Amino acid sequence: MKILVCISHVPDTTSKINFTEEDTRFDTNGVQFVINPNDEYGLTRAIWFKEKQGATVHVINVGGQETEPTLRKALAIGADEAIRINTKPTDSFYVANQLAAVVKEGSYDLIIAGRESIDYNGGAVPGMLAKLTESNFVNTCISIEVEGDKVIATREIDGGKETLSTSFPLVLGAQKGLVQEADLKIPNMRGIMQARTKPLHVKEAVNAPQLTQIVNFEKPAPKGAVKLAGSVDELIDLLHNEAKVI
Amino acid sequence: MVIVYTESENGKFKKTAFEAVSYAKGIADKLGTQVTAVAINSNDVSSLGKYGASKVLQVSNEQLNNFNAAAYADVVSQAAKKENAQVVIISSSANEKYMAPLLAVNLEAGYVGNVISLPESTEPFQVKSTVFSNKAFAVTQLNTPVKLIGLSKNAYGLHENETAVTTEAFSPQLSQDDFNTKVISVDKSTDKVTIADADIVVSGGRGLKGPENWGMIEELAEVLGAATACSKPVSDMGWRPHSEHVGQTGKPVASNLYIAIGISGAIQHLAGVNASKVKVVINNDPEAPFFKAADYGIVGDAFEVVPQLTEKLKAFKAQNA
Ligand SMILES: Cc1cc2nc3c(=O)[nH]c(=O)nc-3n(C[C@H](O)[C@H](O)[C@H](O)COP(=O)(O)OP(=O)(O)OC[C@H]3O[C@@H](n4cnc5c(N)ncnc54)[C@H](O)[C@@H]3O)c2cc1C
Ligand SMILES: Nc1ncnc2c1ncn2[C@@H]1O[C@H](COP(=O)(O)O)[C@@H](O)[C@H]1O
Repeated sequence: MKILVCISHVPDTTSKINFTEEDTRFDTNGVQFVINPNDEYGLTRAIWFKEKQGATVHVINVGGQETEPTLRKALAIGADEAIRINTKPTDSFYVANQLAAVVKEGSYDLIIAGRESIDYNGGAVPGMLAKLTESNFVNTCISIEVEGDKVIATREIDGGKETLSTSFPLVLGAQKGLVQEADLKIPNMRGIMQARTKPLHVKEAVNAPQLTQIVNFEKPAPKGAVKLAGSVDELIDLLHNEAKVI
Repeated sequence: MVIVYTESENGKFKKTAFEAVSYAKGIADKLGTQVTAVAINSNDVSSLGKYGASKVLQVSNEQLNNFNAAAYADVVSQAAKKENAQVVIISSSANEKYMAPLLAVNLEAGYVGNVISLPESTEPFQVKSTVFSNKAFAVTQLNTPVKLIGLSKNAYGLHENETAVTTEAFSPQLSQDDFNTKVISVDKSTDKVTIADADIVVSGGRGLKGPENWGMIEELAEVLGAATACSKPVSDMGWRPHSEHVGQTGKPVASNLYIAIGISGAIQHLAGVNASKVKVVINNDPEAPFFKAADYGIVGDAFEVVPQLTEKLKAFKAQNA
């Protein structure tokens, strides 16, 4: 089984979000970048397939040179090879086309992406990639088992879950639940040393249209202070008469 | 034409479907055109007229009884092509987020999800959405002839706009490839309000000490007709099911009222619940960060406050019934 894990390089969840250049750009000053949490769940599952079922695991990012430490981290966690498509990931359709070119060339069976990236929250790349490569697609995936060419996957739905049978080639939108929290791997010294010599291929982008473009960003207006209720009666009164939500 | 997909469950439209139609009507008015709704295996399609749809394409097909992202995306894109849609509106349930990117590729449409308001401008076409897990907004320009918009829950609201509505049966061509992925079982509690559909969500954190103490959370939720939710560590420790975990890495919450009990208000938790209109915090630590993000709060011990609140709310409900 050949697996490709799509890694988006995102600000750490605790980052302060600021913008520069008249609010047209995300300010990366002082921001720590990490593997997108949803991708980390996917990568961990992929490494399980490598260890238990002999899968090969490649990781890929569409982005500039600054994302290489994130790819090296994925290699240190256990991926075999990394690919970076050297271009700015400015639009989901454009990114999905870059990934699709690699998927077609590398004939991967399973492509694992995240449900959404926590920066732009597009939630679009995995589905677009599935459609562009004529693969099956399971989003919000919380379990996947592979037996020969049979795949059983479970996805989270509003209010519960749903189990699906499907087949390769398959794109997953991974999320929390796909692996146990305790199984998330922190790279150890040996992994980090090995990662230095694992291949990281840099490829040029293919031509593809950009269908959308961000014009500018805004920050929410500052919030007023909390109103503290001295008693439960007062709270009910506030929720009924002032907030009008009960 | 503006096309809107209207999601239903067991034949009944979801509230988000009416919200999507309201929004579609808002856009259609700006563009000087009309709204066509697409409904799959739904009853009572004429109710869509109340929110501004002037035509409903009604699909009845047993193969579509279970949601199937690929097939549903095919249905909506064929409807959009038939109607010459300029704009296609969906809402942001898990199912619609699943089919959105497939639909976008089918229609070669630019797609923006988590949209919170009518377009800032239609020429060029620019819409505002939440990004960075509700920590910011982005205005995005769509450069394609067909635009696909995913509307955030509870952001635009319901707007009545009584319109005469015609219904037309619609039989799209489905490809067998769409059914390569098949549902084999569904595990869903049918007697509980889901976090996605709920107007009120009652959520508990590590401050509740253990799963045995969730009875009071469920009682409070029951009085309010609310869904129950929890913070990440609570689901990680197995006190509550994963499906209740809300926040940046869990489910998003965009309810009218969110009540956080024994939750500190970590940035990753707030990121996922901030879209709720009114936030209430109950915490015994006045320094808990949630107090900075909440609208109302009580500083107190959850084990005293919550049972009291439930009792008083019962009395309040009885009086206001
Ligand atoms: C990558 C990443 C992603 C994450 N994603 C999420 C996410 O999606 N959702 C999420 O929730 N978290 C997430 N977290 C975890 C987050 O950082 C916090 O650890 C978590 O939200 C804390 O949960 P809590 O508030 O229940 O527990 P705690 O932080 O332990 O807070 C418990 C609170 O209960 C109060 N309390 C104690 N006893 C009582 C009492 N008797 N009465 C009233 N109050 C009481 C305390 O004062 C305290 O404020 C994420 C973390 C990381 C690193
Ligand atoms: N620039 C990128 N490079 C590689 N994978 C990406 C990139 N952007 C998004 N993805 C993948 O697509 C998922 C969803 O991203 P998005 O559609 O941007 O929310 C992410 O979790 C990644 O797995």
